[in-house]
Amino acid sequence: MSIVKDTTRAIRMTLILWVLSAIIYPLVIVVVGQVFFPFQANGSVIQSPQGQPLGSALIGQAFTSERYFISRPSVVEYSIGKDAAPTGISGASNLAPSNPKLIKRIQAEVDQFQKKDISLTNDLVYTSGSGLDPHISVATANAQVEKVARARTLSPDQIRSLIAENTDDRFLGIFGEPGVNVFKLNLALDTLKSSS
Amino acid sequence: MWQGFLQIGLTLLILVAITPFLGRYITRVFLQQKTLLDPIIKPVERVIYGLGGVRAKEEMTDWQYVQAVLYSNLVMGIFVFLIFMFQGILPLNPTNLSAPSWDLALHTAISFTTNTNQQHYSGETTFSYASQMLALGFLMFTSAATGLAVGIAFIRGLTGRPLGNFYVDLTVSITRILLPISIVGAVLLLIAGVPETLNGPVSAITLEGATQYIARGPVAHFEIIKQLGENGGGFFGINSAHPFENPNAFTNLIEIIAMVCIPAALIYTYGVFANNTKQALLLFWMVFIIFVILVGISAVGEYQGNPLVNSILGAEEPNLEGKEVRFGWAETALWAVLTTGTMCGAVNGMHDSLMPTGEFSTLFNLFLQIIWGGQGTGTAYLFIYLILTVFLTGLMVGRTPEFLGRKIEKREIVLASVILLVHPIFVLIPSAITLAFPNTLAGITNPGFHGISQVVYEYASASANNGSGFEGLQDATPWWNLTTSISLLAGRYIPIIALLLLADSMAHKQPVPETAGTLRTDSLLFTSITAGVILILGVLTFFPVLALGPIAEAFKIASGQ
Repeated sequence: MSIVKDTTRAIRMTLILWVLSAIIYPLVIVVVGQVFFPFQANGSVIQSPQGQPLGSALIGQAFTSERYFISRPSVVEYSIGKDAAPTGISGASNLAPSNPKLIKRIQAEVDQFQKKDISLTNDLVYTSGSGLDPHISVATANAQVEKVARARTLSPDQIRSLIAENTDDRFLGIFGEPGVNVFKLNLALDTLKSSS
Repeated sequence: MWQGFLQIGLTLLILVAITPFLGRYITRVFLQQKTLLDPIIKPVERVIYGLGGVRAKEEMTDWQYVQAVLYSNLVMGIFVFLIFMFQGILPLNPTNLSAPSWDLALHTAISFTTNTNQQHYSGETTFSYASQMLALGFLMFTSAATGLAVGIAFIRGLTGRPLGNFYVDLTVSITRILLPISIVGAVLLLIAGVPETLNGPVSAITLEGATQYIARGPVAHFEIIKQLGENGGGFFGINSAHPFENPNAFTNLIEIIAMVCIPAALIYTYGVFANNTKQALLLFWMVFIIFVILVGISAVGEYQGNPLVNSILGAEEPNLEGKEVRFGWAETALWAVLTTGTMCGAVNGMHDSLMPTGEFSTLFNLFLQIIWGGQGTGTAYLFIYLILTVFLTGLMVGRTPEFLGRKIEKREIVLASVILLVHPIFVLIPSAITLAFPNTLAGITNPGFHGISQVVYEYASASANNGSGFEGLQDATPWWNLTTSISLLAGRYIPIIALLLLADSMAHKQPVPETAGTLRTDSLLFTSITAGVILILGVLTFFPVLALGPIAEAFKIASGQ
């Protein structure tokens, strides 16, 4: 008798709390998001003038061309390509500081960058946590100014002002680290070209 | 470097500032005193009790309370397991994901029911929006509320009150604490850039013409309760390192405060309940000091970086492997120590790639379980250590051990010992078995000493109901799913049962009047001895593992090989 009573009460409470916390609460937030903050709620997607999504202001992209600033290395290739379809992915190397594979990988990256004459900074050789890190440090961006200026025949000062525009500063000047949003910076470079 | 420590210091200052307010509010909620939200919430609660068949005035005995915890949690676990198994035919599945394997579904259901959120999967590729919202998001509320309820029942018992009614405590934890804070937090996160949508992933054409698949979903509402309830299970595989879960330093600050505010406030809540805020503050600062030391060594380790890499770079640079630029070494180190201390288990950088000092601190937190501690249960464990210290010092000075004017006798010490022994048993024994078969069972991906840490961390995280991991570990196997499930269940429910029995037996004791000969437990001296007991018990039990794992790895890296 008491087992039946206890079980029914547990089932009834489960269902009621489920309706409250798993249906009403999320739907309220979805509605608030879609009605009042649709840009953020849908992933801060940036579109081309034709309406084609180009990426998200919060998610990094991989860049290989000389004409672009390069992003940090990612073990999931920034969720680009067939491996990421259809859901999108994220991931990190999870290599321990003592793992010989980490040292070997970084040595190879360093050799690559030295060949391309890019000066070394730590965020450029260490892979990010998410594999989608949109930022590089200000120093890493500055180190690439000359390269991009040459490839685009722009003045380095013009590019430096774009870097400043696309730098996300610390919160209240205190919390976190400043970072240059590579996708937005490169997009700004492309826009500059098409408008001039 | 000092800028980094300034960030950490200011964050902790915010914590210290809000603790008394939240602590007092939680007390009012559970003593059923008037609060501001009453006019809105009272009618809602009446509906919940009416439909649920709960008589709000009914007091439960210890076994009734235990039964209510177990029955409700079992029903919730089965319900969620079924949602996983049927996700292929349920709606809200934009990428047509099929059901996960039965062992993964079982592990995930147990892991979220026990407030652990250990994940042997990546959210975006495994679970549909229905499973995330209707199953995982649901357990994030109820498992946190279960922990809070048990913590409060324990405090009631210690202070000589009846334990209360589990279903009432469960309900008010959600309606008056978790849900109101979550609604505010979710909207703040949403404004700062965390998505909240039922649309499927975006496929974007990148600036270089390739196709990028951008996972999204109803994240904001999930993210805040994940932090606030010490749950920690990420919507995405990479948790709060993902730019959609934690896009900037502002969201990072909200998530950090959300993760630690309730465990810290509960210590204060005890003080108000016991009418002894002095003791509560002493305990608060004891935990705070141990915590600050752990953050300090971890942060310095990350700041100094990896000497093996620094010699290639030709400069001393912070270790950024598995870290995001926007957080850097300081915010990642602070988060890592907080998330393991509070049993949240969310990460904003990869613990597997932390330097040995960070590895040491995170493991140390998982072993002790009280450097803030899990939702409700962490505070209760703190008092278990206190009771044990009363007993030990009582033996040393030859006085009858008393706590809050109640005698500590054999039954209490047996129950306290059970609570403290469950953890090493369900961490060390399965670790030893798994490590005996390194090639077939363990799934170690980092060689040498770090591999030992990977295995021990996984079981420690399961048994402590934390949920973070050294995620390089290949743990999506039936062996790992089933054995960690045992540690998850044992680490959750055995201590909960023992805590409730202990609380009830304390509540029924005749209070002994305080005399000049009473050993006072609210003095600085006694608190220092408690800290000593905690460290000695923790270190003695787990020191061999710490020596074989992070300490050995630190020496190996320092030797430059």
